[in-house]
Amino acid sequence: MSKQYETVIGLEVHVELSTKTKIFCGCSTAFGAKPNANTCPVCTGMPGALPVLNKKVVEYAVAVGLAADCEITRDIRFDRKNYFYPDNPQNYQISQLYFPVCRNGKIAIPTKDGGEKWIRIHEIHMEEDAGKLKHEEKENRSVIDFNRSGVPLIEIVSEPDLRSGEEAVEYLNKLRLMIQYLGVSDCKLQEGSMRADVNLSVREAGSVSYGVRTEMKNLNSMKAILRAVEHEKNRQIQLLAEGKNVIQETRRWDDGRGCSYPMRSKEDAKDYRYFPDPDLVSVHISEEWILEIKKRQPEFRSEKIKRYQTEFGLPRYDAEVLTGDKALADFFEKTVQLCSRPKKVSNWLMGETMRLLNEKAMEPNDIPFSPKHLAKLIELTESGAIGTTLAKEVFEVLFAQNIDPERYIEEQGLKTVEDTQELNHIIEQVVKKYPKSVEDYKNGRKKAIGFLIGQIMKATQGRANPTLAKEMLEKRFVQ
Amino acid sequence: MNLMKLSALELGKKIQSGEVSVMEAVCDAMEAINAKEEALHCFITVDEAYAKKRAEQVQNSIKNGELKSLLAGVPMAVKDNLCTKGMRTTCGSKMLEHFIPSYTAEAVQKLEQAGAVLLGKTNMDEFAMGSTSETSYFGGTKNPWNQNHVAGGSSGGSCAAVAANECCYALGSDTGGSIRLPGAFCGVTGIKPTYGTVSRYGLVAYASSMDQVGPVAKDVSDCAAVLEIISSFDKKDSTSIQRPALDFTSALIDNVEGMKIGIPISCFDSELDSEVHNAVLTAAERLKERGAIVREFDLGLMDYAVPAYYMIACAEAGSNLARFDGVKYGYRTEAYEGLHQMYKKSRSEGFGTEVKRRLLLGAFVLSEGYYEDYYLKALRTKACIQNEFKRVFSQFDVLLSPASFSVAPKADSSLDNPLKMYQSDQYTVSANLTGLPAMCLPAGTNQNGLPIGLQLIGNRFEEKKMIRTAYTLEQAMRRKGEKNHVKTV
Repeated sequence: MSKQYETVIGLEVHVELSTKTKIFCGCSTAFGAKPNANTCPVCTGMPGALPVLNKKVVEYAVAVGLAADCEITRDIRFDRKNYFYPDNPQNYQISQLYFPVCRNGKIAIPTKDGGEKWIRIHEIHMEEDAGKLKHEEKENRSVIDFNRSGVPLIEIVSEPDLRSGEEAVEYLNKLRLMIQYLGVSDCKLQEGSMRADVNLSVREAGSVSYGVRTEMKNLNSMKAILRAVEHEKNRQIQLLAEGKNVIQETRRWDDGRGCSYPMRSKEDAKDYRYFPDPDLVSVHISEEWILEIKKRQPEFRSEKIKRYQTEFGLPRYDAEVLTGDKALADFFEKTVQLCSRPKKVSNWLMGETMRLLNEKAMEPNDIPFSPKHLAKLIELTESGAIGTTLAKEVFEVLFAQNIDPERYIEEQGLKTVEDTQELNHIIEQVVKKYPKSVEDYKNGRKKAIGFLIGQIMKATQGRANPTLAKEMLEKRFVQ
Repeated sequence: MNLMKLSALELGKKIQSGEVSVMEAVCDAMEAINAKEEALHCFITVDEAYAKKRAEQVQNSIKNGELKSLLAGVPMAVKDNLCTKGMRTTCGSKMLEHFIPSYTAEAVQKLEQAGAVLLGKTNMDEFAMGSTSETSYFGGTKNPWNQNHVAGGSSGGSCAAVAANECCYALGSDTGGSIRLPGAFCGVTGIKPTYGTVSRYGLVAYASSMDQVGPVAKDVSDCAAVLEIISSFDKKDSTSIQRPALDFTSALIDNVEGMKIGIPISCFDSELDSEVHNAVLTAAERLKERGAIVREFDLGLMDYAVPAYYMIACAEAGSNLARFDGVKYGYRTEAYEGLHQMYKKSRSEGFGTEVKRRLLLGAFVLSEGYYEDYYLKALRTKACIQNEFKRVFSQFDVLLSPASFSVAPKADSSLDNPLKMYQSDQYTVSANLTGLPAMCLPAGTNQNGLPIGLQLIGNRFEEKKMIRTAYTLEQAMRRKGEKNHVKTV
């Protein structure tokens, strides 16, 4: 019988913080500028230039630390990590080794049986991003863009508490949502504003010591993480089953080929010669400062879920879906403020909006219409000014062009027919055309009226007020 | 008459009053430079066209009443490790032979705002690593008092240029004595202020935790006046300090009544030249005559200062100089295959022997397995020395010692024995390890006519007591008719 193995995973997650300026100079962090447009002597490593800490970065890092239940280090320092690479203009990266800003936190992830599991956070530290190196094969040269050099990052290091790829993904989702709620990063794996390295080892079930681990880099999506974990776990188990050893090394995941290959082993691991950066003084994080940051902490998802149920009377399911994305929750709240029909707003967002977003592979952050217009559409439907079928058609236009529904309905002449004279005329035609149904109704088959109303709606292209039509029909039959 | 023979304040006064023009001053400086540079080599770069253009600008501003600084229009020079926009800044290295900065160092900018006229950039030991100025890629600076001797280092060009009347004053930098040692060898006055007093922004870093910019001048008054201009809190430098007592010229008082001056007896060891020893004792007598209480005392831990200093300085230098890699600016080797060969060849060819020695030492003390034994131990030693000085300054106002154990050594005699050269910093490095203010001032010449230098060390932020002591000593010397800087070369 083959042995049972347990997978042990720890994650190192890099998150790019969305401060307006870089961590050690005043240059903009804006994305998409011309190469080297957002640079200065500091972030290009000019002789004599000196770093000055952007306090906002500390605040953002502390905010994440508080949300992850971390201890906040009161006197933080920065250290230099020395290594040569052209994307690193000083040939050292300013990071934190000895006094990271946060330590000993924890984050709960949901388990399959509906329970919770706590994942411990080892530390969170701040550091600067590097520039971008481009190899121009045709010209046989390499060029560097330092726009990203000095963009602030935090690295969130978990303890090896995860046991599967699914848990790793749950943890990342939880982390991402928390950070998005804090508004300190957009956390996009594909665009690199969130990057995860996976440390993985396997051990025989029941063993208390850890196996030899590998570190996996270049994981650009949740799917890639799941695949990479599965692949690496199997690779290690196979090695052990064959009586071989796992080598401690850094591996690079190739998502196209669905496998990984070694980048460097422990033997040629670099000595980074870390030491305290003498250009930066230690920064004290006072009790008052922490309180100030605490005061600004937003309402997190679990709190929102509760509030949506009590304040708006939404079912738990709705509350969970809406809060599953910060942008969606924000949109929901803005719309409710304008039309005060929470359940209707929820229905429109969870139904039609999500359907169209999925169809077009868009994120809730990209919802192309305004809360104001959705609120108007809901009001128009509720007042009976338009029917539900028509409302859905109008919504499609709203999604495509963000039109004002009220004006659109007027311009297109789509307003419900409330005019009894006009309706009477149509009723007469329908009654004449379907005498059989009229007969059925009169003989006690009350359901037949539904068919007749349907015909009235058809004749008016859905513009008839169905309630009014029904009343008028009944009146006519009584006569 | 060469106007450069005047002190900076004397010349500044004449310029303000209209007695002489800025252009006349610049022309005199250029004349002196042209006459002496070939022999002395104080400058790496002289920019006559720039200086003359500046002279006109500054003259206009003085005329309009926009510039009232006492030093407006006075020609000066800047050590070549302070960035000057548009003017090459080499750090005495082949690595930066053609490097032109895109910005000006804060200290230089402060002087330019006060109307200083920059003549050029002065010679120095490569990246400020050396005690003789002989590690300069561009060749050493000769001592204006005797050209067979070195000017000292690393700010040798600045000190020799002032001594030789090629400029009125200059800026230097001091990491382990780099202003005070050449200052003593050249018979000029120089101040290393309390760490954090002058912005390091634009000073090409050697050892960031100890580097300070300071003035080199013909007398104490000029030094105080220049220091007053360049000192300021600068938010571009995180180690810059918002501090009190920056009115240094108010301390130019010829009186040390009741001040407690300490002389560390450990400085009188067997290595010390007897004439230098006597000069310290003479200075002590003069201070006593002016009412000071002078007492010898035991200063512990001094044997550890030089090793601790070199470990910390080299560790920081190894990291600070990593940016010179041939990628972005500076020297790049001509032929190479691949990135690593380009790094290796560029750095092997671009740096000199002394720089390489210190970079290797720095890499070593920070390496895994050695960090605790060397670097951390050095930091702990530094903390012990700081405590020792704290104790001492609870008893004394100012410390008096030699600036160097001898006068300027002969040229070409120092570089073969680096350890001995490192020992020449023994009196000066403590002020850098502790961040305390210190200065050198001349105390006559020895029997061979070479200047002897004294050192004063003050308590943190107490430059004024130190300046007052120096001024009193200087006035006493003047009354005795002793010359304190070179009048002719």
